[in-house]
Amino acid sequence: MVTDAPEGGAAGPFAESGVRDAGARGRLGRIADSDIWFSFTRSPTAVTSAAVTAAIFMAALFAPWVAPHDPFDLASIDLLDAGLPPAWSGDGDTRFLLGTDDQGRDVLSTIIHGARISLGVGFASVLLSLVLGVTLGLVSGYAGGRIDAFIMRVADIQLSFPAILIALLIDGVARSALPRDMHDELAFHVLIFAIGISGWVQYARTVRGSTLVEKGKEYVQAARVIGIGRSTILVRHILPNVTGPVLVIATIHLAIAIITEATLSFLGVGVPPTTPSLGTLIRVGNDFLFSGEWWITIFPGAALVILVLAVNLLGDWLRDALNPKLR
Amino acid sequence: MALFLIKRLFQSVIVMLAVALIAFALFRYVGDPINNMVGQDTTLEERAELRERLGLNDPFAYQFARFVADAAVGEFGISYQHRRPVSELIAERLPATLELSFVSVVLALAIGAPMGVYTALRRRGILSRAFMTLSLIGVSLPTFLIGILLILVFGVMLRWLPTFGRGEVVEIGWWTTGFATVSGLKALIMPSITLALFQMTLIMRLIRAEMLEVLRTDFIRFAHARGLPARAVHFGHALGNTLVPVITITGLQLGSIIAFAIITESVFQWPGMGLLFIQAIGEADIPVMASYLVLIAFFFVVINLIVDVLYFVVDPRLRADRATASGQ
Repeated sequence: MVTDAPEGGAAGPFAESGVRDAGARGRLGRIADSDIWFSFTRSPTAVTSAAVTAAIFMAALFAPWVAPHDPFDLASIDLLDAGLPPAWSGDGDTRFLLGTDDQGRDVLSTIIHGARISLGVGFASVLLSLVLGVTLGLVSGYAGGRIDAFIMRVADIQLSFPAILIALLIDGVARSALPRDMHDELAFHVLIFAIGISGWVQYARTVRGSTLVEKGKEYVQAARVIGIGRSTILVRHILPNVTGPVLVIATIHLAIAIITEATLSFLGVGVPPTTPSLGTLIRVGNDFLFSGEWWITIFPGAALVILVLAVNLLGDWLRDALNPKLR
Repeated sequence: MALFLIKRLFQSVIVMLAVALIAFALFRYVGDPINNMVGQDTTLEERAELRERLGLNDPFAYQFARFVADAAVGEFGISYQHRRPVSELIAERLPATLELSFVSVVLALAIGAPMGVYTALRRRGILSRAFMTLSLIGVSLPTFLIGILLILVFGVMLRWLPTFGRGEVVEIGWWTTGFATVSGLKALIMPSITLALFQMTLIMRLIRAEMLEVLRTDFIRFAHARGLPARAVHFGHALGNTLVPVITITGLQLGSIIAFAIITESVFQWPGMGLLFIQAIGEADIPVMASYLVLIAFFFVVINLIVDVLYFVVDPRLRADRATASGQ
C-alpha cells in the first residue's frame, strides 16, 4: 500500500476522495481526515505520551520563562537555601517545589534548563544521523554495485558494535585529540558528532531497502526516460516516498540519543558542568546521594525517564500506525 | 561454509586493522609521546636519543607495523598516568570485568528466558502483562539510573549491600576472584543486577516474540493434534525452534554487556577495565585508551565470528541456504 502521496498516511482505497474533500477545507482538515489522526485519537497511550512529550518540549523551549528561578543567575542564588528538601516534606520551602541543590539552586529550574540541553543535543544528533543515513541509503540503493556493497559492509560492521559504545569511543578519542582548554567549548559539537555518527546505520538500511523498491517503479523509470538527472530523481521523486519509516526511526532514535547523551554526561565525558544537561545533573547529584539528599539526583533522573518513556511510546505507536500490515 | 568463514575472517582482520590504525594514530599523533614519558628536566639531546631509540623517527608504515606486532602480543606501552605497563594494568582489571559480565549473562538468561516463555504461553495473564509493562520501563530506564536507584534503596536507605568496589578478593595465580568471600559476593549483587536488567528484558521480549511466531506454525498444531501433552509441545518442539535468534542476540549481547560494563563499573566504582578506560579518557592517558580500543574491538570480532559459526551448528536450513546462495 505504498502511494505516491508524500504524507503516506492518507493511503487506502478512499484516500483519493478524502484528499479531494480535504482540499476544500485546507491542511488541517486533511490531517483530521487521515487514518493517522483517527488512530491517534483512538489510542490513549499515544495521546498521553504526545501530551507529555509536548509539555516537556514546551517547558524546555521556553525554559527562561517557565522555570520559577534562574539557576544561572548568581545574584538570585542564596547559599542559605542550599540542600532544602522538596516542598512537601517537613523542612521544605514552598518557593522550591522539588528542593534545592548544594549551592541553593532550585532543582525544578535546573531540570527544566537541563531538559533544554538534553533535547537540543538529542535533536541535533538525530538530525545529523538522519541526514547522513538517508543520503547514504539513497545513494547505496540507487547506485548499487560497489558503492552499495561498500556502504552496506561498513554499516554491517558498525551494527555489530553497540551504538553507545561507538559514541563513547568517538567522544573519548575526539576529546583527547583536542587541546585541553578547548574541551568545554567544543564539548557540544564533539558530543553531537559522536552520537550522530553512532546512529546512521538504521536510517541507511531502511532507506536503501525502500529505494530499491521504488527504483523499479514506473514513475522513476518515466522520470529517467524524460532525462531528469540522478540527483533530482533521488531528491524529488524517491525521497518523498521513503520518509514514512524514516520518521518512525527518527522518533525512536530521539529517545536513544537522549539516553546516550545522558549516559555520556553521567560518565563525565558529555556536556560540561557549566551548562548541565539532565545527565550532568544526575552525575553531580550522585555525590549527595550518600548524605541523604536524594532529591538532587532522583528528580532529574525521573524527568529523564518520563521524557524517554513518552518519546518511546510515541515512536511505538507511530510505527504501528504507519505499518499497513497492522491496519 | 568454508568460503563464508574465510570471508568473515578476512572482514574481521580488516576491522581489527582499522581499529588498530585509529589507536595508533591516537597514540602517535595526539600530544607528543616523548613529552608524556619524560620529566621536565630531560635535555633535548636525551629526548632526541629516546626518540631515535623508540623508533619514532621511522617511516609511518614501519611504525604502524611495529605497533600492530606489539599489540598482537599484548604489548601496549606504558600508561602515562600510572607509570606502569598497560598490559599489566589490564591483566589486573580483566578478572573484575569478566566476573561481573559472566554473572550478568547468567542472570539475564536464567530470569529472562523463563519470563519470555511464560508471557508467550499465558499471553493474557495478569502476570504476563505485569512482565511486559516492567520490561518497557526496563528499556526506558538508562543503566546508570538503575544503578543509582539500587544504591539509594539497598545501599543508603536499607544499608544491606555495599555501594562500591569488589569487596574482599582472593588471588588465584594472576586471577582475582570475588566469588570466594561473602563480601565479594555481596558486592557483586547490585552491579550484576544493574548490568543484567537491560539484557534480561531484551531476552524476555525476544523469546516471547519468537515463541508466539513458532506457536502459530503448522507443525505445532499438528503436534497438538497428535495428542502430545502441551508441555512436550511447548518445550520440546516450540522452544527449540526459537533458539537461533536467541543464540544470536545473546551472543551479540555479550559484547553489549562489556560495553555497558563501562557504565555499571563507573556507577559502582567497580575496579574493572571499563572504569580504567573512563579514567583514561579523563586523564588523556592515551596508551590505556588505545589498548582498550583494540581489546574491545577484538572481543567483538571474536564474539561475532563465534555467533556466525553457531548459526551453522544450530540451524541446518541455513547451511542449505548458504550452499544454494553461494552456488549461484
